[in-house]
Amino acid sequence: MARITLSNLAHSYFADPKGEADFALKQMDHVWEDGGAYALLGSSGCGKTTLLNIISGLVRPSQGRVLFGDRDVTDAATSDRNIAQVFQFPVVYDTMTVRDNLAFPLRNRGMDPAYVASRVAQIARMIGMEAELGRKARGLTADAKQKISLGRGMVREDVNAILFDEPLTVIDPHMKWELRTQLKSLHREFGHTMIYVTHDQTEALTFADRVVVMYDGRVVQTGTPQDLFDTPEHTFVGYFIGSPGMNLLEAAVEGNRATVAGVSLPLGAAYGTPRGHVQIGIRPEFVSLTAAEGLPVTIRRIEDVGRHRIVRADFNGTEINAVVEEGTTLSPDMTRLVFAPERIGVYADDWRVSPQGRQPGRAA
Amino acid sequence: MDKTPNQKAWFLVLPVLVLVAFSAVVPLMTVVNYSVQDTFGDNEFFWAGLEWFEEMLGSDRLWNALGRQVMFSAIVLAIQVPLGIFIALNMPKKGFWASVCLVLMSLPLLIPFNVVGTIWQIFGRVDIGLLGHTLAVLGLDYNYTSDAFDAWATIIVMDVWHWTSLIALLCYAGLQSIPQAYYQAAKIDQASRWKVFRYIELPKMRGVLLIAVLLRFMDSFMIYTEPFVVTGGGPGNATTFLSIDLVKMAVGQFDLGPAAAFSIMYFLVILLVSWVFYTVMTNIDKEEVR
Repeated sequence: MARITLSNLAHSYFADPKGEADFALKQMDHVWEDGGAYALLGSSGCGKTTLLNIISGLVRPSQGRVLFGDRDVTDAATSDRNIAQVFQFPVVYDTMTVRDNLAFPLRNRGMDPAYVASRVAQIARMIGMEAELGRKARGLTADAKQKISLGRGMVREDVNAILFDEPLTVIDPHMKWELRTQLKSLHREFGHTMIYVTHDQTEALTFADRVVVMYDGRVVQTGTPQDLFDTPEHTFVGYFIGSPGMNLLEAAVEGNRATVAGVSLPLGAAYGTPRGHVQIGIRPEFVSLTAAEGLPVTIRRIEDVGRHRIVRADFNGTEINAVVEEGTTLSPDMTRLVFAPERIGVYADDWRVSPQGRQPGRAA
Repeated sequence: MDKTPNQKAWFLVLPVLVLVAFSAVVPLMTVVNYSVQDTFGDNEFFWAGLEWFEEMLGSDRLWNALGRQVMFSAIVLAIQVPLGIFIALNMPKKGFWASVCLVLMSLPLLIPFNVVGTIWQIFGRVDIGLLGHTLAVLGLDYNYTSDAFDAWATIIVMDVWHWTSLIALLCYAGLQSIPQAYYQAAKIDQASRWKVFRYIELPKMRGVLLIAVLLRFMDSFMIYTEPFVVTGGGPGNATTFLSIDLVKMAVGQFDLGPAAAFSIMYFLVILLVSWVFYTVMTNIDKEEVR
């Protein structure tokens, strides 16, 4: 096991990339600490799989180095890296039994048969397929096949890291939850570095200690689920994390006041005079409805989602959402929105502006 | 909804019945008709029962031709199947060279059978053929018109040249359908090249390989045109395969009765072997699922 360092890394699928737009992964430096449980979160096509394949050696980066501990493995073959990886769609060896499938990675490394047998039994119990061990893998359901794939990923104890590339896409919701819990306990037990790619924020937030958010070939923020919720470093993190996501409004910011379409709002801190495309962001959880003060809006509809209600409002053509806790009374004359000042974030060209006029903090 | 019984629908099947009757049943029955009768000319026929069948089964001629035929099919399959798989594995997967390879591989399949025969007949001639003359210059005693072994070698090489592409192309199509993730997973699992072939490529090619082997078996078992053009069944009877012998008997000697009996047995052998082959393969498939 080792710390994985990506140094000055970038990748383009073109042989001769012209500009930044040709890069699937923009230049980045990133460190995956040994034993961390990471979720790699981002929309489809943002470079998550590319990043994973670079770590496992299936793709060689166009530039930069990959280090395991102090060892440079950029040019090392996948087999030399001792990495386990589980893919989005099930990969099983059809003609083998479930048992042989699980044992395959161990046997290929010449492990002792007694050890292989005990380890396979252990993994089979974990994925709940003890009864099917003697069956051929062909003809099993997609669910079962993906469980085998997961099992093959976890069967080696000495791996440097286990990479999961949206492994639960084909699994039904109940099993999804169960397997996620299994992965989590596996992580606690063995302390492998795990990187879990997903575009499902619930999956990311429940699995990981640290969430890495990618957007357009870049890592835009790394942090705990709480960090991502409280201080999104990028507007993408703001609206991708949270349900519904953060409200973003075009604004002019001057010191500790923001002006949104002629309405002046207090901010929690002073921000100087940010340049570029300036927006303010506020999570729906910190927006409340009043009758007297705040932004005048038109209420479009109210959705009751059980534990709370979501108010969809319209302000000059921009949608603003507010989350209203259970038990709060709403009346028809409450058509103004108030933002909690200390919860408002200021963004210039999509990046968060730190208070007291410090330069935008780009997350590494 | 009420269903009205309407037996007239059966008439819709009529065109197919007529077509099958004229294309298969009637010609086959003609052959059956000849096989159980004898004639002394003048279009007068006498009932002969199973005499022709008994005669053919008792003659060495049929058994020798059958033996040569089985050996030919076995050799041809034993060379073409592994070679075809090997070529398919080594063809480029995409890009310009993939297209070039596909065109080159398809070429032999597009050449008419008698042209293939003619090409190799000339190619192998010792006096003017590129192959035959080169071998002669190199000091090899090669002559497919007088030496049985040379005749066999020529016909087998010709058939390999003509038909290996079919197996290669079918396998190539099978290989192309394997998702990239399988190869990636194999790398992660540290599978050797042999294991990738054994556990990923071969199982995925299985369906097409079954069809390829079946097609090649039937075709090679019924081969006629090419050896007829190259060797005419010679030297002696060395390359007289079943269909060549059949034509000699039916058209050359005009022995319609024995030839008809021969045809029917020939047909039954192919039917039987194909059926056994197909059943065995599909049963293996079912067992794997269980």
